[in-house]
Amino acid sequence: MTDLADLTLSEATSGLQGGEMTAVELLEAVHRRATMTEAQLHAYLNIDRPGAARAAVAADSALGKGAAVSKLTGIPVALKDNLVTRGLETTCSSKILAGYLPPYDATVVGRLREAGSVIVGKTNLDEFAMGSSTENSAYGTSRNPWNPERVPGGSSGGSAAAVAVGSALAALGSDTGGSIRQPASLCGIVGMKPTYGLVSRYGLIAFASSLDQIGPLTRTVTDSVTVLEALAGYDPADSTSHPGAVPDFRAGLERGVAGLRIGVVSELSGEGIDPQVQAAVARMVTSLEGEGAKVTEVSLPSFEYALSAYYLIAPAECSANLARFDGVRYGLRRDGDTVEEMMANTRAEGFGPEVTRRILLGTYALSAGYYDAFYGQAQRVRTLILNDFDSAYGQVDVLVSPTSPTTAFEVGARATDPLAMYMSDVCTIPSNLSGHPGISVPVGLDDAGLPIGFQVMAPALGEEVLFQVAAEVERIAGFSERPALANSRADI
Amino acid sequence: MPIDIDIAKVARLARLALSDEELDLYRAQCEVVLEHAALVQALPTEGVEPTSHPLRRTNAFREDVVTECLDTEEVLAQAPDRDGNYFRVPPILEEP
Amino acid sequence: MKFEPVIGIETHVELTTASKMFCGCPVEFGAPPNTNVCPVCLGLPGALPVVNHTAVEYAMKIGLGLQCEIAPHSVFSRKNYFYPDMPKNYQISQYDLPLCIDGYIDIETDEGSARVGITRVHMEEDTGKSTHLGAGGRIGAGSQTLLDFNRAGVPLMEIVSEPDLRSAVQARAYAEEVRGVVKRLGVSDVKLEEGSMRFDANISLRPEGASTFGTKVEVKNMNSLRSVQRALEYEIKRQAAVLEAGEEVVQETRHWNEEDGTTAAMRSKEEAFDYRYFPEPDLVPIAVDEAWRSEVASGLPELPAQARERYRAQGLEPTTAGLLSREVDLGRVFEDAVGAGADARTVANWLTGEVTAWLRKESLLLPDSHLDGAALAELEAMVGAGDLSATAAKDVLGGVLSGEGRPAEVAESRDLIQVSDSASLEPAVDAVLAANSDAFEKLKSGDHKVMGFLIGQVMRSTGGKADPAAVTRIINERAG
Ligand SMILES: [Mg+2]
Ligand SMILES: [Zn+2]
Repeated sequence: MTDLADLTLSEATSGLQGGEMTAVELLEAVHRRATMTEAQLHAYLNIDRPGAARAAVAADSALGKGAAVSKLTGIPVALKDNLVTRGLETTCSSKILAGYLPPYDATVVGRLREAGSVIVGKTNLDEFAMGSSTENSAYGTSRNPWNPERVPGGSSGGSAAAVAVGSALAALGSDTGGSIRQPASLCGIVGMKPTYGLVSRYGLIAFASSLDQIGPLTRTVTDSVTVLEALAGYDPADSTSHPGAVPDFRAGLERGVAGLRIGVVSELSGEGIDPQVQAAVARMVTSLEGEGAKVTEVSLPSFEYALSAYYLIAPAECSANLARFDGVRYGLRRDGDTVEEMMANTRAEGFGPEVTRRILLGTYALSAGYYDAFYGQAQRVRTLILNDFDSAYGQVDVLVSPTSPTTAFEVGARATDPLAMYMSDVCTIPSNLSGHPGISVPVGLDDAGLPIGFQVMAPALGEEVLFQVAAEVERIAGFSERPALANSRADI
Repeated sequence: MPIDIDIAKVARLARLALSDEELDLYRAQCEVVLEHAALVQALPTEGVEPTSHPLRRTNAFREDVVTECLDTEEVLAQAPDRDGNYFRVPPILEEP
Repeated sequence: MKFEPVIGIETHVELTTASKMFCGCPVEFGAPPNTNVCPVCLGLPGALPVVNHTAVEYAMKIGLGLQCEIAPHSVFSRKNYFYPDMPKNYQISQYDLPLCIDGYIDIETDEGSARVGITRVHMEEDTGKSTHLGAGGRIGAGSQTLLDFNRAGVPLMEIVSEPDLRSAVQARAYAEEVRGVVKRLGVSDVKLEEGSMRFDANISLRPEGASTFGTKVEVKNMNSLRSVQRALEYEIKRQAAVLEAGEEVVQETRHWNEEDGTTAAMRSKEEAFDYRYFPEPDLVPIAVDEAWRSEVASGLPELPAQARERYRAQGLEPTTAGLLSREVDLGRVFEDAVGAGADARTVANWLTGEVTAWLRKESLLLPDSHLDGAALAELEAMVGAGDLSATAAKDVLGGVLSGEGRPAEVAESRDLIQVSDSASLEPAVDAVLAANSDAFEKLKSGDHKVMGFLIGQVMRSTGGKADPAAVTRIINERAG
């Protein structure tokens, strides 16, 4: 008998709607999986058993009535803990928000609730989403389900680990420089960053506002589409929300790649990419060509500067976004004789080293006399990157590359070298700077048994073709392995 | 490009009460990152408009309509310190 | 050495939109603390701003009212500094690309008329309010501070003048004129005492005839038009004394203290001025095309300068015309009264004199009183017909303002109707002439200086109700 925690989202949807199981049973299976794996993985910061139980009962009632239900009704979903949830502790993995109970729900949380999904709990992340390993959490490191000595990637590491191991059927993450795609790659699942503005950021605790985007982490491409369908769409509460029509995410899923023009980004291959990752990506490109795609190599020369531009823009925005954490209205407070001292003591105590470092970097990059050389120049480089993308998309329909230059690295391996850690995002950052969609699909394992992710990038609002290619990649790869931890079944 | 950060000033601007040892460490780390980030300066960008936003959108407005406010009690329940319906903080030394 | 002051003024105006600049919380004065708040204006994690369309149109009106160009492309920025009553520790404001640029207003003072440039008008959000508890309520001396965020996020317009003002008197006139424009536009309460309009001044001194600028000082906390003038007069003297002593003026922000009439340096660190502006990534730019601009422009009411021209043409003195043009409520009642046939100058003098004094004494606004144009016209007609003396008319005006009734009713009930028919007055006149025969003789011999005395005696004996004109006529008859 199949453990329900091993079902994909689509399988679970059919099971629930076909009356083969209940949402309560599904939730119980997910809870059992969490109980078995959390001690090793620490994917969750907070599992909301009572809230989820209520939602599951409500879902069963809706399913039983034969009323119109959504594909997500009764589906257990995990939320990265930088999405605010009313009355449910939201910490961003930071000490500065310990115990914080938001008085409102993020727009995406509201949409998931309306769709009838069951919110399992809040997942671990690098503090304020700053990091690529989930080691920068004030509440402990999450681990990779394929090998708990390794990181799950980050910053949505908890969400990726939970979906990979089956302690949620889907999860939401946020992607500022690759924080959905890179952990999905390292955990062997599908992670998708939509076009900037397609999913409302209202209620996402901001890291870098012009780069942040919420997206799904799922086991399959189809599941990614299903979750995104529930999330996407105009939100008047977010001025940067896309007001026009939402692309048809599903239309291309069965279409194959015959006749599509696929560009391999030369700047994201070769140097700096692990040879096994490089080989797996090359094999997939060859297969796509075999399926009728026209493959060309495309050069986007300004990509070389993307990481540098990112490490000016993201810290600059973060330095302002995180100014509100000051001990006045919510969260941690450390005493001081004056309000100035109180704020400075609170912030020094409440923020971890990576967050502190980025606030300092951003403050410096914006300060008088340096703005033009740093932040201003980074913004002009951003324009050049957009121009490169534009001209590339004049020649090809999608761009492909590895998602991460390496597979999951060991816990602690890059912890003391910020630059080495920042290199983890070299392939994903350009799409954040351009606001374009990107997706990571697992295509195999390396010699150490660690997953390799294949990245597909598309132009703004090009989700239809993005999913079209991703589905074909998934079909060709036929990646069905599960991490060992997921197989540690409960005896029934 | 060699970077020389007045880290104590930056920390004051950012309201971070850091020890001298911490300041030394962060200065060294920030300088390494900034030296890398300063590579952007190598790219000729004369006449290039800055992009502050991936969207080329304008005029996102809301109508001037009053909507519901939060419950004061729910808001103040999160306050580290309060006095009745006010948030309470230590005395302010500097003026804006 | 003679010094010339160089003054520029920053004016902050809270708009009277229904909701705040970036959220749907009500704009309302005096609500219980922290009740008009939401995730956006409290700066809660995850909240995002959305621009109030009406606030943008109000800002455009202010810009157009100050003869500014409306920028086709303008942008919000973040102004970063920490302050506990500012929820996000940055203020969403406009920086290098404001909505309105390059305007002017004309002012008139005893020193002559002058054109004052308007550099820009930009949109931003107000902060919350801090209450400092402790010794004397002074900042810093208090043991704690209480915060109320109801005002946080109220739409705030900043109007920046060019450094074109050359005296404290001009500065006050400028402040009055800007207030008048905004008031006529109907986009703000412009209540200085409640803080819905606030003035800060930048002032430096330079040797007369010099073309470079001296070191400037910013003066804050001027809570009335009068204190704008007083604070700048004080600051001009203070800076002149510093310069005459051969010392240098320190660039700083100074706080005007209304009670002791002085300014004092405020405590702030040098870093406070490194605002690290950058474009607000949570908002998109504002694009105003010609269609939108002209739609807003076509809805503009008459501006004070135009009203002032019309009032001058009706024979009013410059200061009276100026006041009526700026105080739109007074202007409206004035026009109604004149429309109903009243004499313009008489009515204008009542409005700028008795009526304004009464409103100030009662701390009321004209619409809160019972006075309207029809009542003024009725009152003026009674004076013209000789039914009321000029003195009694002022008395009646007070009664009308406080709601005792129409002018005729008030005059009746206060027993102020003037006696002007000869038959009723002759016995009283004759009695006075008999009792003051010496004076009457002098009058008859051509000494007209005694006429006033005799009239006064009649007025006294009739309890002020006699019509002086009729009394004069009778006395002249008797004198032959
Ligand atoms: Mg301002
Ligand atoms: Zn609000």
